[in-house]
Amino acid sequence: MNTPSPKAGRVAVVVAIAVLFALPALPVPEFWITQLDYIGLYVLVVLGLVLLTGVAGLTSFGQAAFVGLGAYASAYATTALGWSPWAGLAAGLVLTLAVALVLAGVTLRMSGHYLPLATIAWGLALFFLVGNLEFLGKFDGLQGVPPVSVGGLELKTGRTSYVLIWLLALAAAVALRHLLDSRPGRAMRALKGGVLMAEAMGVATLRYKVLAFVVAALYASVSGWLFAHYQRSVNPSPFGLQMGIEYLFMAVLGGVGLVGGAFVGAAAVKIAEDQLQNWLPALLNTSGPVELVVFGMVLILVLQVTPDGLWSLVTRRLPARRHDPAAWQEAEPLPRARPPAPGELVLSVQAARKQFGGLVAVNDVGFDVRAGEIVGLIGPNGAGKSTLFNLVTGVIPLTSGRVDYRGQRVDGKASRAIARLGVSRTFQHVRMIPDMSVLENVALGAHRRGAGGVLRAMLRLDRAEERRLLAEAWRQLERIGMAHLADEPAGNLALGQQRLMEIARALCTDPALMLLDEPAAGLRLKEKQALAGVLAQLRAEGMSLLLVEHDMDFVMTLTDRIVVVEFGTKLTEGTPQEVRDNPAVRAAYLGVEH
Amino acid sequence: MDATIATVLMLDGIGNGAVYALLGMAIVLVFAVTRVILIPQGEFVAYSALTLAMLQLGKVPGTVWLALLLAGLALLRELWEGLRAGRPWARTGREIARLCAWPVAAAGVVGWAAAQALPLWLQALLTLALVSSLGPLVYRLAYQPLADASVLLLLIVSVGVHFALVGLSLIFFGPEGYRTPPFSDATLGSGAVTVSGQTLVVLGASVLLVVGLWLFFSRTLAGKALRATAIHRLGARLMGVSTEHAGRTAFAMAAFIGALSGLLIGPTMTVTYDSGFLIGLKGFVAAIFGGLASYPLAGAGALLVGLLDSFSSFWASAYKDAIVFAAIIPVLLLRSLTDRHVDDDE
Repeated sequence: MNTPSPKAGRVAVVVAIAVLFALPALPVPEFWITQLDYIGLYVLVVLGLVLLTGVAGLTSFGQAAFVGLGAYASAYATTALGWSPWAGLAAGLVLTLAVALVLAGVTLRMSGHYLPLATIAWGLALFFLVGNLEFLGKFDGLQGVPPVSVGGLELKTGRTSYVLIWLLALAAAVALRHLLDSRPGRAMRALKGGVLMAEAMGVATLRYKVLAFVVAALYASVSGWLFAHYQRSVNPSPFGLQMGIEYLFMAVLGGVGLVGGAFVGAAAVKIAEDQLQNWLPALLNTSGPVELVVFGMVLILVLQVTPDGLWSLVTRRLPARRHDPAAWQEAEPLPRARPPAPGELVLSVQAARKQFGGLVAVNDVGFDVRAGEIVGLIGPNGAGKSTLFNLVTGVIPLTSGRVDYRGQRVDGKASRAIARLGVSRTFQHVRMIPDMSVLENVALGAHRRGAGGVLRAMLRLDRAEERRLLAEAWRQLERIGMAHLADEPAGNLALGQQRLMEIARALCTDPALMLLDEPAAGLRLKEKQALAGVLAQLRAEGMSLLLVEHDMDFVMTLTDRIVVVEFGTKLTEGTPQEVRDNPAVRAAYLGVEH
Repeated sequence: MDATIATVLMLDGIGNGAVYALLGMAIVLVFAVTRVILIPQGEFVAYSALTLAMLQLGKVPGTVWLALLLAGLALLRELWEGLRAGRPWARTGREIARLCAWPVAAAGVVGWAAAQALPLWLQALLTLALVSSLGPLVYRLAYQPLADASVLLLLIVSVGVHFALVGLSLIFFGPEGYRTPPFSDATLGSGAVTVSGQTLVVLGASVLLVVGLWLFFSRTLAGKALRATAIHRLGARLMGVSTEHAGRTAFAMAAFIGALSGLLIGPTMTVTYDSGFLIGLKGFVAAIFGGLASYPLAGAGALLVGLLDSFSSFWASAYKDAIVFAAIIPVLLLRSLTDRHVDDDE
């Protein structure tokens, strides 16, 4: 299959935009202009959902309520208070921001299925509230909303409003694309697969959930503002749960998580609904319910054929984006933390204990790791090695005992706080963002070394820092010999390569201590030797490593000391030679002769 | 508000709550087995109430045509997939028979029975048989091809199914609302506090169903197979439990529970073609109380929703639904704060 070149793609986009803005000047029937006006309004809301649901994995049925907030705020401000529509826009955005922050504070702590239900709940509650408030005209709403005027020109017709609607829709789409391709965007993309990995990379996940939620709400609010001044009146019905469901619909049909999907989904739903209303009665000689039935059935069929959404049919054929390392050649390296002095006590675990109910998973285990030392943690399956990792990195709390990192007590701290101190890790089961490129996955590790926020990313003011972050990611990929795979989607890598990628990501956090969970699993001999070389090099640079590994050759040749655990209890500790000669260790691994 | 009104509202709430509890259990069951959030659950409720109402009027209920239509679509789908996969005709035939025999037979009997003026209980049984038969057809047509899709996608498909079924409901039943006769006119108690026989029927039927489900899940092989699928889909499949079969069974049970709820709620409210959605949504709320996993908590949540429902309709009927849904936010918050868990290595 021949994929179109990026240049052809760019030309296609430019032509599409030119046609889009030429349409109102051409003799296009009023009906289609109106259609496109509505599609543009929907696109704004659906773009928010692409970010919130598709990227961050937070399903919301409540976006229509934010559209309503924006619409009502401006309608009230312009009719009752006599403000200009632009002041109404500001009022709507401020109001939406406030409401979104409150709702986010209450609902975003909810996990899984609670969140969608909560969005239904406040969507309905807001709808009934607005419909019963006297000063908002109850269910009749507010009439006589003035049109928006730009430089003295009142946008009274569908054709003039069209330009404003589509300018805003396209600007919103461009800003969203910029956001997804940035430091905060990567953090948001990391939310979907659970927060464990993101937190371990120092990402404040709740903060990014709130940010995604607020951006989506503000997009919806802008759509509501346009809607109010386009329709010149507001009433509660377009802001109910039905519409909230329909927005989610458009997002999924277009391809949730794809910016282009917002356009395709909004257009497909709007046009399908209207066309069904047009030709079905003629065809079947009935009207009303048949549209709903056909619409439902078509939706089901389309999703059965393309579960990833309509736009995925296009993106599937597009070439993957290529990063050019030359772009960040000049970038100044990121600042580094002060490394520990050689021989300094980096990690000290004392009598660490973890009980799950009656099961003692880790039983008063203690050991030290010093700067420039590789310590192996070995033991049969189920010995509690990964639990120990989780205790040290703050993923789960200790039952008793203490953990100190560079002289600072860290048990009881959140995993993000521990990560920020300079402890990084990989996972026994690889945790990554499969549809993101290897380079971006690794750059996620450098998250806490940057500062660029959402607004700067949307306005593309973050490029200098972005180059520094990507340069760092590239350096670490080169270090482990994977630079040639930088543009590959991480999900396409072989398991061993994914593990190496996790090491590069951990290195990006600028750690003083790395905890590696089975780094050599799935690697071939040559790759193992290369990995051992890299780890030895890191040790020479003063880094401390704690590694769990089952490949005994790898452990015995690489480590300085080995801690052996069995059934949660520390069996022994010593140099590789001592451990190898220890009869208890042999018994643990090979069983005892009777 | 005095004690009398409070008692009436409470009994009302408990009666409604029992129905929400049944629906909540059905939603938990379907979600556990198939990961489908069954928004159209309420449609089975409306279908069943309307079917019984039609039978009472001596008309052929629209559900008969609906069952035949869905069976026809399922037949075409099986034929098409059989042809594409090059399956032997005998196997395609068996599949079709397995899918369509029950709905077609039930539709035939109900169609015949419409003019016979049968006693109420018999009509109720026929209604149950017919409406329950729709469950597996809906699963086959909408969800089975997407068994491995994400929860979000299945949710959106559920919305599509909901639209289609509501539209069909309007086509086959028309816009009028109906109220079915109560199963019992008796009133018990004396003076200020009276309990209607209908409330007792509702509670009795709910208890019977709960006990029946418990027996089914703990004592029968089919029930255990469903539980196994709910706990670990792949593991169950490796043990020879067919995911498709489990899905169909779950949907048949959900449709049955929906149909029963429709019979129980029919005498207490006027049911129209689109009444199902809000009823189902409240069942969903109940299910969420149980975290989509726990049946007893779903039951408790349902009672709470029923009580909120009836008390808020007395105090502020305009805000009734808003209150019911707004009141769950603190509960949701509490739940998600209490069941903290590390996302496990899977």
